[in-house]
Amino acid sequence: MPQDEAVFGRPPVSYGDARARMRHATSEAAWARILIAGTALLFLGVFLIIPLVAVFTEALRQGVRVYIAAITNAEARSAIRLTLLTASIAVPLNVVFGLAASWAITRFEFRGKNLLTTLIDLPFAVSPVISGMIFVLLFGAQGLLGDWLAAHDLRIIFAVPGIVMATIFVTFPFVARELIPVMEAAGTEEEQAALTLGASGWQAFFRITLPNVKWGLLYGVVICNARAMGEFGAVSVVSGHIRGLTNTMPLYVEILYNDYDFAASFAVASLLTSLALVTMVAKRIVGGSIRYEALLEGTGDEMEHKAV
Amino acid sequence: MKARSRNVIPGFGLTMGYTIVYLSLIALIPLSTIFLKTAGMGWHRFWTVIVSPRVVAAYELSIGASLAGAIINSVFGFIVAWTLVRYRFPAKSIVDSLVDLPFALPASVAGITLTAIYSENGWIGRLLKPLGMKVAFTPLGVIVALTFIGLPFVVRTVQPVLQDLERELEEAAATLGASRLQTFRRVIAPALMPAVITGFALAFARALGEYGSVVFISGNMPMHTEVLPLLIMAKLEQFDYQGATAIALVMLVTSFAMLFLINLLQRRSAVRHAAG
Amino acid sequence: MSIEVSNIRKAFGSFVALDGMSLKIETGELVALLGPSGSGKTTLLRIIAGLEIPDSGAVHLGGMEATERSTQERGVGFVFQHYALFRHMTVFENVAFGLRVRPRRSRPSGDQIRARVNELLKLMQLEWAGPRYPSQLSGGQRQRVALARALAVEPRVLLLDEPFGALDAKVREELRQWLRRLHEELHLTGVFVTHDQEEALEVATRVAVLNNGRIEQVGTPEELYHRPATPFVSGFLGNVNLFHGRIQDGRVYIRGMPISVHNGEARKGADGDRAMVYVRPHLLDIQLVPNGKGSFPATVLHINAAGPRVKVELTTQWGDAVRVEIDHDRMLELKLKPDARVYLSPRENRVFTYQI
Repeated sequence: MPQDEAVFGRPPVSYGDARARMRHATSEAAWARILIAGTALLFLGVFLIIPLVAVFTEALRQGVRVYIAAITNAEARSAIRLTLLTASIAVPLNVVFGLAASWAITRFEFRGKNLLTTLIDLPFAVSPVISGMIFVLLFGAQGLLGDWLAAHDLRIIFAVPGIVMATIFVTFPFVARELIPVMEAAGTEEEQAALTLGASGWQAFFRITLPNVKWGLLYGVVICNARAMGEFGAVSVVSGHIRGLTNTMPLYVEILYNDYDFAASFAVASLLTSLALVTMVAKRIVGGSIRYEALLEGTGDEMEHKAV
Repeated sequence: MKARSRNVIPGFGLTMGYTIVYLSLIALIPLSTIFLKTAGMGWHRFWTVIVSPRVVAAYELSIGASLAGAIINSVFGFIVAWTLVRYRFPAKSIVDSLVDLPFALPASVAGITLTAIYSENGWIGRLLKPLGMKVAFTPLGVIVALTFIGLPFVVRTVQPVLQDLERELEEAAATLGASRLQTFRRVIAPALMPAVITGFALAFARALGEYGSVVFISGNMPMHTEVLPLLIMAKLEQFDYQGATAIALVMLVTSFAMLFLINLLQRRSAVRHAAG
Repeated sequence: MSIEVSNIRKAFGSFVALDGMSLKIETGELVALLGPSGSGKTTLLRIIAGLEIPDSGAVHLGGMEATERSTQERGVGFVFQHYALFRHMTVFENVAFGLRVRPRRSRPSGDQIRARVNELLKLMQLEWAGPRYPSQLSGGQRQRVALARALAVEPRVLLLDEPFGALDAKVREELRQWLRRLHEELHLTGVFVTHDQEEALEVATRVAVLNNGRIEQVGTPEELYHRPATPFVSGFLGNVNLFHGRIQDGRVYIRGMPISVHNGEARKGADGDRAMVYVRPHLLDIQLVPNGKGSFPATVLHINAAGPRVKVELTTQWGDAVRVEIDHDRMLELKLKPDARVYLSPRENRVFTYQI
């Protein structure tokens, strides 16, 4: 039943004057609505909008030329390159993992499934600093494999491989977590149908499963990428902060800031913020698509009941 | 692990195998180093580290500030969720998307921005100065940062539950004579409480481990504005690996416990959500 | 308490749910609002309850203007289609809710509340259910709890929105009798919405048939069934055969066969006008030879003898489908079998004809 939600206490236009005083059985008094909505918007304004505006304001504080210089100089370019490289390795690997894990979890019953699902959430329970530290403990000079690596002249910590590994660790849940509910909801009937028609497992996967989960997968990639490019704490531990060599963009922001080079710091930060905004827009679009498709497949009964 | 597969879908061996290998290589083995290192430390040394004054101060600040942030987020996050679900206003769609900002924004960007805003001549710091309130480089600043990064959790946990709440329950209460406030207290709030608690736990757990957003605004003063992740980082920079690992173990154990708790909460509220 | 709605109009966007509807319900009646989806019946019910606000028109409860009073003030009991029981409260707490939220002054004591709740649960035969949660009850039991909850606050009128729609056939039957008995015992004014004409005809004291936001006819179940005022009502209630015919000399001819008609609007029709003829299955007689009074040939397609009467499906020589209901004795008498060629004629003069 379509509800008449008045906008901030103003009743819908079609009412007569006398009805202006009456409000719907399930809405609050106008003053309550204004208070609640006002509080919410004030809270969001302070915690979200001000910081968002501040990034760009500070970035342009010394003018556009300084801004451009800050994001195009050699060190900046190297940081951008490293960030992109890390993401381009971490994200595809995590996509494969996500597909494999969600297939295993949603298509089969086995003991320990709950444990596996919890394990996938592991990085969320680990502080970024610890996420980086474990790789130092493993691959660092005094780490478990330190001697072996030194003997073979391989550097992982304080070098790109370490950064990539730490990033993979921190971001591997994202694709899987997006895919699991989507694959669960899609069900296996179509795949079973494909099998009865003679398709192999791979064919069923590529032709039936993937198209069905494309929105969930797409969003998983977008969010995984955003986190991969934005990871700070873990990479900070692992990278050694070697300028021009092992700085990703988030680290570069920190270095510039600690050098009191605020405008440059915010300039690079503004690039990352723009990426975050793109991610949020993508979520809106993809989320909408997922909901739209679910609506299309929904039962017609519900629609009927709503229409008197 | 024998799979009684639901049906004749193939691929169990391959996907399970890959999943387990990947998980082991990238997560389980690296994480085990913490346990191995602390095992080699000996109990006495371990204990000394984790109860040293500086560490204890960090516990207090971490737990206290995370709790404060999570509580603030529970209250205001609920109000935000209510506003987004129940009311209409211009640009609502944009505001709704904005809620994800703390989640999508890199931690260091958040950190430097919050510091800039709340420092003495920042936009908000400037306003608070005459009131005698200093935010940057104080525990208050830590709370602000942890509130920021926990913001999406309560909102996004409560929103779907509120969305699905049958309007008819409120209508029924109204036909039975309940005022709006009574309906809220007795009908709406109890139904939403599980979601709020789950959101609270998520925000709290996240805040405990947060590093990048906090490191700039806190000032890292030991015994005063040093949270546990900062302390671990400090020890790493001094090559005190043992100390760092000991504290890390405490954090890990706590986080795992919280993770199980949260999963339990989510599973229970999902069941209740579906039933009836 | 009587209910009167006058000239109610309600639109949702461009969809007009109620188009100037007026209806008066006397105290003690149990009125069914019957109609297909989209006819406006639930909207009307919700407007009476105060859960929707009409665009124009007035609602009077007990003779007093109620259009601007909030739901809380109207004192109506409302039973929702999907029960709307409070999931996190026990059955007892659900039923007690309305009494517990009364303002301090008029709130009964704990003991009084307990007594009233138990009394109602007993009435619904659910004394054992007090400490249980709604999720532990069956659909029929939940609906009875919803009823008890609505009755606890002694409403002046009871409104039910498709109360039995979500239940199994058998449970529905039982609850229909419940409702009727309840109504007789408590002497409440009641209005219920349904799309099931059988339910409406069986339970209600009066039925209002709605279609496209308007009332087609209001009357007792008997009146509606035997004396439908419009083609829609004819077609909506019970099974009916529809024929197209023409008016000539005060008679209706179906495919050239004259049908003797004494009611309906065909009397007012002019020669050559087209007419729709509605004939109930039990009003057609099957004969083996044509009678002189107007009958037409048909072939038996299917005989369903599993029931109190025999349902015969036939097809006329022009391909129209016809359904007839006869007694078992008559079937045996006629020695009816599929593919038999018979003649149909309307029995009595209660065939309804409407001018198109």
